[in-house]
Amino acid sequence: MRIAIASGKGGTGKTTVAVNLALALEDVQLLDCDVEEPNCNLFLGFELEPVEEVNCLVPEIDPDRCTLCRNCASFCKYNALVSLPKKILSFPSLCHGCGGCSLVCPAGAIEEKPEPIGVIKKAPCGSPLTFLCGTLNIGKAMATPVIRSLQNHIDESKPVIIDSPPGTACPVLEVMECADYCVLVTESTPFGFHDFLLALEAAKALNVPVGVVLNRDGLGDSRVEDFCRAEGIPVLLRIPDDRTIARLYSEGIPFVKEMPEWKKKFEHMFGTIKGLACKNTGVQ
Amino acid sequence: MRQLAIISGKGGCGKTTLTAAFSSLSENAALADCDVDASDLPLILKPQVINRENCPGLELASIDPNLCTGCSICREVCRFGAVLENFTINPYGCEGCAVCTVACPENAVSLVPRVSGQAVSSITRFGPMAHAKLDIGEEASGKLVNMVRKKAAELADQYCCKLILIDGPPGTGCPVMAAITGTDLVLVVSEPTVSGLHDLKRAVELTAHFKIPTVACINRYDINKKKSLEIEAFCREAGIPLLACLPYTDITTKAMVKEETVIEYAAHWMDSGAVEFANIVRKLWEEIEMRLSESFEKETCSRALKIRKS
Ligand code: SF4
Ligand code: SF4
Ligand code: SF4
Ligand code: SF4
Repeated sequence: MRIAIASGKGGTGKTTVAVNLALALEDVQLLDCDVEEPNCNLFLGFELEPVEEVNCLVPEIDPDRCTLCRNCASFCKYNALVSLPKKILSFPSLCHGCGGCSLVCPAGAIEEKPEPIGVIKKAPCGSPLTFLCGTLNIGKAMATPVIRSLQNHIDESKPVIIDSPPGTACPVLEVMECADYCVLVTESTPFGFHDFLLALEAAKALNVPVGVVLNRDGLGDSRVEDFCRAEGIPVLLRIPDDRTIARLYSEGIPFVKEMPEWKKKFEHMFGTIKGLACKNTGVQ
Repeated sequence: MRQLAIISGKGGCGKTTLTAAFSSLSENAALADCDVDASDLPLILKPQVINRENCPGLELASIDPNLCTGCSICREVCRFGAVLENFTINPYGCEGCAVCTVACPENAVSLVPRVSGQAVSSITRFGPMAHAKLDIGEEASGKLVNMVRKKAAELADQYCCKLILIDGPPGTGCPVMAAITGTDLVLVVSEPTVSGLHDLKRAVELTAHFKIPTVACINRYDINKKKSLEIEAFCREAGIPLLACLPYTDITTKAMVKEETVIEYAAHWMDSGAVEFANIVRKLWEEIEMRLSESFEKETCSRALKIRKS
């Protein structure tokens, strides 16, 4: 079973929920798919080992064969190729690796070379938690291939908890699409509610069942709860607005470690999710 | 016309709360909410929309079922897995690269334009504002941010504003670059957490790269005073003036629930904590206003540049 932890926006406590849930359950896999800003390991502190380099195929032009017909440059939708009077200039950082330029080159002058765009890292064997994280190289815009490679490492025999990227763009949809259940983390404030609605819209578009974790509960108002009650969306857990939790967060300490009573609450939440996800998919 | 951008390495640092507060302090500044992913400023400022404009995104492939023979060539060439088994296109997967259009032997595929979001112009109780609404599955692009800034500049001209306040997007990617280029001053809102200093450094690297004078403040500084001291030390070393340390408080949330800026909230609700907090924000704003006047510019700029070398 795959549980995606998502939110319409950064800074709502997505990583906190993902990390604490994983630590409370122990025998699970945790995937940090927020590849632009992978933060889970700040709370876990593993010595990560690289397991895979993620590449994107970028064109390399053989100047001897190139006839300067400009087909490739006019084809490229992302301006990754620019034609100069005497040569074709390529900008690999803009390339999406679609392979179109080599397809349209009449002279066979283009060869595709793998260019690293990110890396997949893993917690060392023997650690109690199976943890994998993907990091997009600075200056690269292609998060989706890194997320896809990360998902190839999923071990289906264990429950998988996925820390999703923030927002509602392609990378989040990539994660939500493959999830059996989506946990939306939010605060009950006007900002939180607004961002929650955006994330909910994305989950609905992909038909993933959702539940809510209210972070910093007690602060703000009841608009998220009222909405959830009206729409039949379960509120799975409430994390209070507690100074101790905020301080532990600021120091990078997952609060289940210092406040063991929370372990039970996360276990309970997991039980609820299992029930809800199974009901929805008809899986035992 | 002067431009101030407010950014932070990541979301949830209180950027929008501060931008809203500044808008009520400065009065008659034009606002640009460049957090196009999840635009929150309108929730406090309740804009009256005067105009909307679609922003074109990447194109989308479309297969004509009358011409398609089901040969599957398009599925083989598409590297993004966007052609589904029934030869329709998954709009969330398609990058509009056009490879399928040239590969299809029947000429059954064409690219159609798609809208990635809308840029909106509006009027608020503190001045004109531009913001955006991004469609689901669309990337927050520099293009949309540029549209928002352009609209804000037009509004500023129209309403004779001397200042544009830009609420920046989170992160340090392309939308942030689009939000800060050509501004006169950047305020980085930082937080004393394990990632706070890291995010601040990245943001400062970016502003140094664009040679924009930069100042900083720490939000919820008293959650972790040790981390706050580290941030302070970094700022000193990098020559980034640290203008304020804001305490951990529920005032910002209370004000948000009332759909008011913290400044308005302090004035309306006789809450001594709120008045105290509003005064800190007011002092911060005075410092910023001073730096937005010409004479300060060169000094902060050259000092900010030093960190690039170290
Ligand atoms: S592979 Fe595609 S994106 Fe990259 S340069 Fe060629 S045409 Fe452009
Ligand atoms: S399409 Fe091939 S031959 Fe034509 S300009 Fe590009 S690389 Fe050169
Ligand atoms: S390549 Fe053209 S004809 Fe073949 S399946 Fe695709 S759309 Fe249909
Ligand atoms: S335009 Fe590119 S991404 Fe879209 S379906 Fe065609 S080949 Fe795939």
